[in-house]
Amino acid sequence: MSTMLEPQVNEALALSLGLSPEEWQVALRLVDGRMPTYPELGIFSAMWSEHCSYKSSRIHLRNLPTEGPRVLQGPGENAGVVDIGDGWAVAFKMESHNHPSYIEPYQGAATGVGGILRDVFTMGARPLANMNSLRFGELDGSNPQSGRMKSLVKGVAAGIAGYGNCMGIAMLGGDCAFDACYNGNILVNAFSLGLLRGDRIFRGYASGVGNKVMYIGSKTGRDGIHGASMASAEFGEGSEEKRPTVQVGDPFTEKLLLEACMELFATDWVIGIQDMGAAGLTSSSFEMASRAETGLRLDLDQVPMREEGMTPFELMLSESQERMLLVAKPGHEADVVRVLHKWGLDAVVVGEVTDSGRFIGMWHGEKVIDLPIQPLADAAPKYDRPRSRPEWLDALNAEAMPEDLKAAEVERTLRRLLAQPTVASKGWIFEQYDGTVRSNTLLMQGRGDAGIIRIKGEDGKDTGKAVAMKSDCNGRYAHLDPFWGAAHAVAEACRNVSCVGAEPIGLTDCLNYGNPEKPENMWAFEQGTLGIRQACLALGVPVVSGNVSLYNDTEGVSIFPTPMIGAVGLIEDAALPVDVHAPDATALAKVGNRFCGSGFRAAFDGIFLLGETRDELGGSEYLKLRTGRVYGPCPELWLDDEFRLQACVREGIRLGLIRSAHDTSEGGLLTAVLESAFQGGMGCQLMLTRGGLRLDSLLFGESAGRIVVSVSPDGESALKALCETHRVPFAKLGTTGGKRVTVAVDGQPLLDADAADLAAIHGTALEKALG
Amino acid sequence: MRVAVPVFPGSNCDHDALHACGTVMGWDTIPVWHQETALPANTDLVFVPGGFSYGDYLRCGAIAALSPIMGDIKRHAENGGLVFGVCNGFQILCEAHLLPGALLRNDTLRFIHKWVHLRVERNSLPFTSSLKAGQVICVPMAHAEGNYTLDEGGLADLEARNGVAFRYCDAAGAVGEDHTPNGAANAIAGITNLRGNVLGMMPHPERAVEAAMGGLDGLPIFQSLAAAFTKA
Repeated sequence: MSTMLEPQVNEALALSLGLSPEEWQVALRLVDGRMPTYPELGIFSAMWSEHCSYKSSRIHLRNLPTEGPRVLQGPGENAGVVDIGDGWAVAFKMESHNHPSYIEPYQGAATGVGGILRDVFTMGARPLANMNSLRFGELDGSNPQSGRMKSLVKGVAAGIAGYGNCMGIAMLGGDCAFDACYNGNILVNAFSLGLLRGDRIFRGYASGVGNKVMYIGSKTGRDGIHGASMASAEFGEGSEEKRPTVQVGDPFTEKLLLEACMELFATDWVIGIQDMGAAGLTSSSFEMASRAETGLRLDLDQVPMREEGMTPFELMLSESQERMLLVAKPGHEADVVRVLHKWGLDAVVVGEVTDSGRFIGMWHGEKVIDLPIQPLADAAPKYDRPRSRPEWLDALNAEAMPEDLKAAEVERTLRRLLAQPTVASKGWIFEQYDGTVRSNTLLMQGRGDAGIIRIKGEDGKDTGKAVAMKSDCNGRYAHLDPFWGAAHAVAEACRNVSCVGAEPIGLTDCLNYGNPEKPENMWAFEQGTLGIRQACLALGVPVVSGNVSLYNDTEGVSIFPTPMIGAVGLIEDAALPVDVHAPDATALAKVGNRFCGSGFRAAFDGIFLLGETRDELGGSEYLKLRTGRVYGPCPELWLDDEFRLQACVREGIRLGLIRSAHDTSEGGLLTAVLESAFQGGMGCQLMLTRGGLRLDSLLFGESAGRIVVSVSPDGESALKALCETHRVPFAKLGTTGGKRVTVAVDGQPLLDADAADLAAIHGTALEKALG
Repeated sequence: MRVAVPVFPGSNCDHDALHACGTVMGWDTIPVWHQETALPANTDLVFVPGGFSYGDYLRCGAIAALSPIMGDIKRHAENGGLVFGVCNGFQILCEAHLLPGALLRNDTLRFIHKWVHLRVERNSLPFTSSLKAGQVICVPMAHAEGNYTLDEGGLADLEARNGVAFRYCDAAGAVGEDHTPNGAANAIAGITNLRGNVLGMMPHPERAVEAAMGGLDGLPIFQSLAAAFTKA
């Protein structure tokens, strides 16, 4: 069919593009026995890659609960959409950009942010907030490549900043942790959330036979070809050579595309729209036609090109950024062009919707692609890969703990713990992101367990509503128990959202796992989806969008299972209106709002622990510090207790009773209390009771389902009553204030240190580690 | 009071400016696309917003300074009209020579977002009359190129004519290198022109005008402007 100089299509070429021999046979059947053209072969390779087809994960993704009364759009579209009342809705999603970021950290991370933003604004939503979940390898001498790891941290942070700041989207935080399992395979997961009217959701449908298909945004270049298939294979020695398959981002162009799309969405000229993400024009056109059960004919020579001599193969597979495919309402093509031209962007008609059910690609009048759309999508391989529980797991869980910490070792251990990169302040990274742009941020990164933005109405005034968000996952727990580790991620993300006073209403996930062809990884993946399911059902929160990233392996070593969870919560009436013309408007700033941060607010407040501490050191940061290893049993998770704990803390915040709330996580109870003290710029005096626990479990154990709160001195009895109502264990830990941190256990003094000195360790450790 | 907010390709704090001036202060606030050649009739204040005009390509603010709307903004300033540039707006005003000096890359070589303390150096301006000289305010900064620089003679002139409106400082008002986040010369955060009708500053007072935003310290600047127009 084609006369261009192209490789000879045969089975060997198909295999080299990542097709299996079985998939090659299916491909031959789909083209009725003739030899596929080179661009057709490229389409098979991309559409059936793990990244696009979810062929290993799909049967397990059915485990995720995706329905709920607030869900307006579940998984399957560019992003999920959840109703927040009064006609408003939020669209959000999280996505991985792990492999590109390891090869080229700045552009890899930047285009991850660009891609997730497009997913959100394609739905018709104005992006308002971003987060990112980062996992890096060790920064110290335990990692022979620690120098490269430091440059990866810096490059990823700069890339996220470079893209997100230019787009003008507030970065509300996320999470960041370090472990040796990520030495050869970092994780860069980007989250974005946007606001829209619930009755103005745009979707990727190529509907209406005869309607014109338009290409808008940047021109197409040769960057990113094979990006999808790169994300579908293990890393090895030659990965550096894949640098050219990393896309290059231009946030300025995307900002223009965003504003142009916002202008288009205010009209009725758009029938369907889809971002060109992984596998570019191929996946966007096939998905749009597949959803609408139509066909498409594209004149590929009409696609705006960045350079001369590009071929249909390259045009179909390029992952150039900042591009969209759009189906326009008949008669309004010129209007669409006018808006795009105002913003200095390309907009051209490249084809039309047909009723043939086929994708026809034309090249200067010659047919170079002719494929059936639905059969190709349906024929996408779906594997039920072998799964097996690792034999080593029981022994790892059963290994004995070291002997208890001596009282004399507490201070030294604490100081070292506060300086661990996973525990230390991530300010060095997150300070590089604009967190207040657009004047919506109620709680910025570092000031609370979750970030909060308020929702302003079309008149620019507060609606009173606010949305909180946080991402979480402790991969060590998932390593020790893939099921409960995943459930922990859901519980912790929801707990963090509850700790600022918001009710969790929806989740997005980014399931990062190793090579699915290894039965142990596939077993962990299945367990992960089941664990997420259990926690979602118990906490009443659906998963509305998500992404799977497999093949997170380098030279045969898999990462810990890392099912990252992004939780979104709602506060119905967060912001108190303030009359700026009032004589003392500043005083009003001190009035309590119906949300709270994590920092202590005033001296002489009571510090309390909600929830129960058990002898649980398995997988803890403390255990790793002492032994250099990750082992033991995964901490327990009692989901019915968790549900009541979260309801309790939310009610306490709403009542204005709880003045700060912070959940315990890596580093345990003492770390959590100190983080609240550091954030509040003060010290604290703690008088703890051991109650039969090991000393190290009490101070540094990582029992889940615990929240450290502070209340004013006269609020203590009300807090006690609240906890009794919710049947939540409650214990007084001490008092806020002063310049020192003192800790006594069962009356015996263990620590007396300068609060500012400890805060400085926590605040500067990451910068020092990055050297 | 009528405020014009010029919008360049890549502006992204235009929303902050529109919100502070329009929604919070209740002023008649009009976004003006950069390709317009005239400001709306009876414009009292031009608020040049922050962002990444033209993607910060070439130099921050350099291309925006040549936009069609800039001609009328310059005329507005020459006629004594008020012009307020924040962040990228400050960079644009410097590139357009409405203010002296330039903004280089932060000495940390990184973008920095945080709440910073500023000492009010001059409260005799229409932008600062509601503040006290020496008062410390706390507002967000969010930039990668805020390292103010000017040649030695120019800097001496600027100081001699009391052209510095705000300096970075600590919570107690002490000025020094340790309290200057970006390496700016003489800890300069904001300056004014000779006539006192053009003010540029890197930090964002417009992001601190409601309790919900976490602070109200930016509000007196807007109250000063309101007072200036009530008088006029």
